[in-house]
Amino acid sequence: MGGKQDQTANGSSKSESMGAKKASPDLLNSSFSFKSLKLKTKQQELLLRVSILGLVYVLAFIARLFSVLRYESMIHEFDPYFNYRTTLFLTEKGFYEFWNWFDSESWYPLGRIIGGTLYPGLMVTAALIYWTLRFLRFFVHIREVCVLTAPFFASNTTIVAYFFGKEIWDTGAGLVAAALIAICPGYISRSVAGSYDNEAVAIFALLLTFYLFVKAVKTGSLSWALGSAFGYFYMVSAWGGYVFIINLVPLYVLVLLITGRYSMRLYVAYNCMYILGMLLAMQIRFVGFQHVQSGEHMGAMGVFLLMQVFYFLDWVKYQLNDTKLFQTFLRITVTSAILVGGIALGVGTASGYISPWTGRFYSLLDPTYAKDHIPIIASVSEHQPTAWSSFMFDYHILLFLFPAGLYFCFKRLSDATIFIVMYGLTSLYFAGVMVRLILVATPAVCLISAIAVSATVKNLTSLLRTKQKVPQTGSTKGVGSSKSSSKVTLDQSQPFQKNGAIALLVGVFYLLSRYAIHCTWVTSEAYSSPSIVLAARGAHGNRIIFDDYREAYYWLRQNTPTDAKVMSWWDYGYQITAMGNRTVIVDNNTWNNTHIATVGRAMSSYEDEAYDIMRSLDVNYVLVVFGGVTGYSSDDINKFLWMVRIGGGVYPVIKEPDYLVNGEFRVDKGASPKMLNCLMYKLCYYRFGELVTEYGKPTGYDRARGVEIGNKDIKLEHLEEAYTTSNWIVRIYRVKPPTNRL
Amino acid sequence: MMNLSRSVALISLFLLPLLSFSFSVDNPTDRRVLVLLDDLSLKSSHSIFFSTLKSRGFDLDFKLADDSKLALQRYGQYLYDGLIIFAPSTERFGGALDSKSIADFVDSGRDLILSADTSASDLIRGIALECGVDFDEDSSAMVIDHSSFSLSDGDHTLIAADDLVKSDVILGKTKIEAPVLFRGVAHSLNPTNNLVLKVLSASPSAYSANPSSKLSSPPQLTGSAISLVSVMQARNNARVVISGSLQLFSDRLFRSGVQKAGSPNKYEKSGNEQFATELSKWVFHERGHLKAGSLVHHRVGETDEPAIYRIKDDLEFSVEILEWSGRSWEPYVADDLQVQFYMMSPYVLKTLSTDKKGMFHTSFKVPDVYGVFQFKVEYEKLGYTTLSLSKQIPVRPYRHNEYERFIPTAYPYYGACFTTMAGFFVFSFVYLYHK
Repeated sequence: MGGKQDQTANGSSKSESMGAKKASPDLLNSSFSFKSLKLKTKQQELLLRVSILGLVYVLAFIARLFSVLRYESMIHEFDPYFNYRTTLFLTEKGFYEFWNWFDSESWYPLGRIIGGTLYPGLMVTAALIYWTLRFLRFFVHIREVCVLTAPFFASNTTIVAYFFGKEIWDTGAGLVAAALIAICPGYISRSVAGSYDNEAVAIFALLLTFYLFVKAVKTGSLSWALGSAFGYFYMVSAWGGYVFIINLVPLYVLVLLITGRYSMRLYVAYNCMYILGMLLAMQIRFVGFQHVQSGEHMGAMGVFLLMQVFYFLDWVKYQLNDTKLFQTFLRITVTSAILVGGIALGVGTASGYISPWTGRFYSLLDPTYAKDHIPIIASVSEHQPTAWSSFMFDYHILLFLFPAGLYFCFKRLSDATIFIVMYGLTSLYFAGVMVRLILVATPAVCLISAIAVSATVKNLTSLLRTKQKVPQTGSTKGVGSSKSSSKVTLDQSQPFQKNGAIALLVGVFYLLSRYAIHCTWVTSEAYSSPSIVLAARGAHGNRIIFDDYREAYYWLRQNTPTDAKVMSWWDYGYQITAMGNRTVIVDNNTWNNTHIATVGRAMSSYEDEAYDIMRSLDVNYVLVVFGGVTGYSSDDINKFLWMVRIGGGVYPVIKEPDYLVNGEFRVDKGASPKMLNCLMYKLCYYRFGELVTEYGKPTGYDRARGVEIGNKDIKLEHLEEAYTTSNWIVRIYRVKPPTNRL
Repeated sequence: MMNLSRSVALISLFLLPLLSFSFSVDNPTDRRVLVLLDDLSLKSSHSIFFSTLKSRGFDLDFKLADDSKLALQRYGQYLYDGLIIFAPSTERFGGALDSKSIADFVDSGRDLILSADTSASDLIRGIALECGVDFDEDSSAMVIDHSSFSLSDGDHTLIAADDLVKSDVILGKTKIEAPVLFRGVAHSLNPTNNLVLKVLSASPSAYSANPSSKLSSPPQLTGSAISLVSVMQARNNARVVISGSLQLFSDRLFRSGVQKAGSPNKYEKSGNEQFATELSKWVFHERGHLKAGSLVHHRVGETDEPAIYRIKDDLEFSVEILEWSGRSWEPYVADDLQVQFYMMSPYVLKTLSTDKKGMFHTSFKVPDVYGVFQFKVEYEKLGYTTLSLSKQIPVRPYRHNEYERFIPTAYPYYGACFTTMAGFFVFSFVYLYHK
């Protein structure tokens, strides 16, 4: 509401220029029809803006529905299944039970305190939407709510992007930013319908926090800062990526301090946001006291203290009125402040009160860190460094517009543009370190690109308009427009100016339309796959659906005892508990490395050794994912080396070279004997040697790896095949009890 | 002939429901026993052993081992509760019987007495191997002992063995005074199998060799590694007796006097009868059979079993254990029964106290560790059936409002907090309205 009032109040200064210039070609045509309605220019502009925003809002939502249309209304991937399960629990049992939920069905036998180890923002949001809908007598299923939460929040993000764009540049840039972010693949990849993950609401919260903070810095108003603190609270409750905010904002403040842009507004905004945000964030159980105890949050606290020193010095300077005295005072104060701060940090770290940086944080700053030290982080595909192609894929023209936007930002430097520049540059660095962080960079890239598009188009249209009208008129207002108009007058000497401008405009619109086409294509083809149901093209171009995962999970649900324990690689843990409703040993919440290593060790041991491990963990069933029949490449054999590495990281008896031949991972006849007889190999290829998978190939031809397997005669001693899905993607084995007479 | 077999089938069909009541969890003693013989003359030469069994109420069904109508089960139902194989030289059983079906018979919880002898067939050796017992590979070998043989015969292959397992449960409360006479083949136990144990061992001076030929190489089995009679109790508590001598059960050795070489004690009667009788009581579950009720646990002061415990809860645990006396269930009395509160390793290990009426109790505090625990009672006592009971129970941490609300040591901080608030209020008031 505050935003809307502001929009009309603040927009008044620029709306005329905007309406008159940016949208001038359309407006001129449409103004004939509007004339009859007798709308003033300002009103027309408002109407246009609101309708554009409305369209963008709807567009952002419907662009994300490809997955529902292509497949069905279902939850995607791995983590969303956990979120769905917890949301279901929340709506059934209420908030108190949810907050104190101890889950004995995962991480057997350790269990997991779910209430204290998750970010509840997403679940609470979905539950609130669900309860609201029910209150309004829309009796929807909670799954539908979960599926559509991400698109809904993507729509909301476009609105925030509009206001943010307006704040840092002008309404035109805001509108362009909203349109760009609505369909940007980098964002869509994480927010299609069904992708019910923390990021779905977190990007909204992130952008909202930044917007409100920039607004607070601009106005120096306590209420905006308060809003920003609440935005931060929502972000903390929703996603671990809040660490980015709590480091970027102090960095920004520090830059402002260094560049001499310190002001009372900044002081109010930061102090209010930091203190309140910190206190609010402490209410989230998973975060707890990290704001005062963890190394990752110490920067914010340091900047907070620095602000106080700065303010104090300002006050002393005002009191002293003596430069020389003040200089000495300054020296003493600054040295002692740094000294005290350094000692406090040193003592805190040494005594263990302040925890050191976590592995994930290190791996962000140093991309090679995880590879050497934490295989469990390095094993996740979305933690890999980003390839150039995926930047092109996710940003398309924004990649070229981004530097142009930076140029415009530097040209019109203000507190707000400094912020967006810093946000863009830091997040882009992180996006280069980890694939998944492209998501965090996307809003910044969209906003900066929007500035480039908006400023260029505005310059070009004003060029056209000034030629039409009297040059050098006073109709243009504002800093940016006066600059452009002055440029226009200078450029009047050049020939073909108008034609050039038209050509450039056409070029810009061509690029933007290519962008729209690319985004639609990427969304429908690449980012709308639920990855729990696989699709492939058949020989005649028809679509073949592999629904093996759900087949296997429903089999588990229907055919195994309710207290059965299922061992699988951790990737499938969430799905087994959510869909199969069975206890798992490890799951995607990788909180206990040793436990995962134990499973990795069992998978990479010989069957009788593995049997002892499985007995000690009371395992009843073992589940493996196998792509040899269908050619599905992200199966357990291809993940197997990570199991060996993670297992070997804790249990040195597991050695990676034992599974390799001359440093090469093979499954055919040339594979190492340990590889050919380890549990994972046996479970994947059991009875596979009898099968002809492809015409003209020998039996036991693995289509995922394109080789004939090396061990076709596999005998299982302690396990027996319980179920294999129709396309052999999921295979379930039962662990036999110990033999009766031995 | 056809008529007869049909009427037998009919009768057994009527009897089947009745018979199946005879052997069950509640009444574990075997009733129907199939005796497989090499030769029907064994029936008379071993009549004392069989008649003691009959007098204890067993229904013995004598069959020749190569009887073509042999079958252990019909229509998926076992016809017998126990099996005695006194057919050491049989190469092939008649009917549908083979070593696998005998192994299945044991795996279904039924009992077996297997006796080999010199020149035991591969079939018998195979069955013994399934139960963790290896007979001497040399088919003509016998157990020879030059120091503890029986003087009555003067033959060094008639062993007077007195190295018995010390277990009242297996061999009865009355001590077997006289040595047990044994003439037969030696066997050893599979070292990886920990379910099988020696009941009658050879003396350290015994060895296994062919008595009629000269010893050319050192014997493979020597001394007390040689087992004469062994028992095996499977995981499902099926019991198996394996003897290396069929003569051990014969009337002749039952009645024979015994004097061990080098010993002044002369006994009128060998220990064979007592040994065989007591062993058959054990193997047919007349003794040493335990039954446990369910594991009962609840918080102190409550009676219902909770679905989940909280850390540091006080709980009470009890379990009822009864022993089968051959006719009825009696309370089991022992002071060595323990319960574990187990999650990958035992966090609590408590000895249960008994009220002498079969109930075992204890109470303890749940450890300060959350997770999915199990109450585990693992009771493996020589001769008794193995009790392996477990019950899963999760233990949760404190809920967020179950911690102490106000900590006494933190009162200075509470005080500081409220004074600051009050001070700020006063300050604002003074600052705003003073002037």
